[in-house]
Amino acid sequence: MKTIYILWLRELLRYKRSRVQIIASLGQPTLYLFALGFGLGPVFLKAGNGSYLQFIAPGIIAMTILFSSVFAGIGLLWDRQFGFLKETLIAPVPRLEIMIGKTLGSVTVAIIQGLLVLVVCLIAGFRPANWAVIPVALFFMVMVALVFGALGTAIGSTLQDMQGFQLVMNFLVLPLFFLSGALFPLNNLPKILDAITRVNPLTYGVDGLRAAFLGSSHFSALTDAVALAAVAFVLLWVGSYSFSKIQI
Amino acid sequence: MIHVANLTKKFGENLAVNDVSFHVQKGEIFAFLGPNGAGKTTTIKMLTTLLTPTGGQIQVNGFDPLRQQMQVRKQIGIVFQDPSLDGELTAFENLDLHGVLYHVPRKQRRERMEMVLKLFDLWERRNELVKKFSGGMKRRLEIARGLLHAPLILFLDEPTLGLDPQSRNQLWKQVKHLNESEGVTVFLTTHYMDEAERVAQRIAVIDHGKIVALGSPAELKTRTNTDSLEEAFLALTGSTIRDESATSVDQMRQFGKMWRR
Ligand SMILES: Nc1ncnc2c1ncn2[C@@H]1O[C@H](COP(=O)(O)OP(=O)(O)OP(=O)(O)O)[C@@H](O)[C@H]1O
Ligand SMILES: [Mg+2]
Repeated sequence: MKTIYILWLRELLRYKRSRVQIIASLGQPTLYLFALGFGLGPVFLKAGNGSYLQFIAPGIIAMTILFSSVFAGIGLLWDRQFGFLKETLIAPVPRLEIMIGKTLGSVTVAIIQGLLVLVVCLIAGFRPANWAVIPVALFFMVMVALVFGALGTAIGSTLQDMQGFQLVMNFLVLPLFFLSGALFPLNNLPKILDAITRVNPLTYGVDGLRAAFLGSSHFSALTDAVALAAVAFVLLWVGSYSFSKIQI
Repeated sequence: MIHVANLTKKFGENLAVNDVSFHVQKGEIFAFLGPNGAGKTTTIKMLTTLLTPTGGQIQVNGFDPLRQQMQVRKQIGIVFQDPSLDGELTAFENLDLHGVLYHVPRKQRRERMEMVLKLFDLWERRNELVKKFSGGMKRRLEIARGLLHAPLILFLDEPTLGLDPQSRNQLWKQVKHLNESEGVTVFLTTHYMDEAERVAQRIAVIDHGKIVALGSPAELKTRTNTDSLEEAFLALTGSTIRDESATSVDQMRQFGKMWRR
């Protein structure tokens, strides 16, 4: 228990101290929100889909959590590079506890980032349909953070050096975001795109957040929750397995 | 305390540790000396559960590092050759984290943290981020951390790397003190022969993954017919540079030296 707590605390301390990084990581979502929300807004409205800002705000929040949690998991690479990983792996504590502590730390940091972006959205004019559903929204934020934090851990345990990082970014993280329905509605999609969005876990995260914030969604909130829980379960298992196999 | 029989480690085709056998007694200070790339760190990693051997048997205080990882880890403290601190945390936080990982109770943790920080002259700077420390201060903190949980067996992989004479003196004084007062068994490597001679009761010289000599400093000198451990070491391991990364200029310089002798 104490092991989990101290490693969770470490992630938070590191986060708190990286002010520049916090600001930098908020810049991107803010840009998307303003450029797309306001830029494409009129077109979206004309097509009869309502306010685009309302539509993409949950998508941007999901994106923030996606980036933040995957990067936190890949932070293992930095720990390896700077040697700190040895210190944790050689300690007389089960690796699973180390992995849980780290993942919970990543999840917490990702949620904080998500909430900060929610505030930015509110400032930009985003209005949730109903404030009472904030706990539901939080639940979906945690699920997204868990799924992608675990994915990040799995990747971070497998990659040996920084070379693979760009690859992961371009061929995994960005496609996950762009092919998730964060930016466009899921109805009437071409067949291939429809199929891709359906296997992309982020789709269910974004949809769940929309269900919570706007009260309208493509799937049902229950479907979203079950899909995310199933993927989280599998990825946490894969993450722990690959973490347990790390050799220094 | 440490029993090693026919220990072997292969990295691909490279035989880093080749059929090594030795024993370390309880309460002994044992030094592992050898040129760069001889296999010292690799051996330590296998003894401390970090690396899986290709062949051979190991027992650390009766436990097998391969199958009884937790038991072995509870007995040992280690100062790695490479850095392993978290630069984004303070000295205090680094130690606290270590104390928690090694199950040191809170009250005792505070006391021991204060003790080791003062011992290595870091108490005043305990609340500074480690990334702002000088190289030697980081090294001192690594050593302090290795001692924090009062291990039964202490592994020191080139602990004095980058330390000033004062800190080195302090380190070896402490190591001797721990060894004499608490019976801590010490397994160390160093490239400074005077240090090995000063603290180690027995020395194993390893070269190309094989132990080429084992005995007390005096025995090694007698066996090689030399006056200093340094000369004994060179007699046992030759004087060509072993580091694969050594440039040809280095090698030429080395040859030049040999020629002039
Ligand atoms: N992870 C690894 N993968 C492949 N080869 C390795 C690895 N670690 C060590 N080696 C090789 O094993 C051999 C022994 O290395 P080791 O680090 O044990 O030497 P050492 O005696 O500690 O040397 P030094 O005095 O330079 O620290 C070297 O040839 C090295 O290149
Ligand atoms: Mg070494």
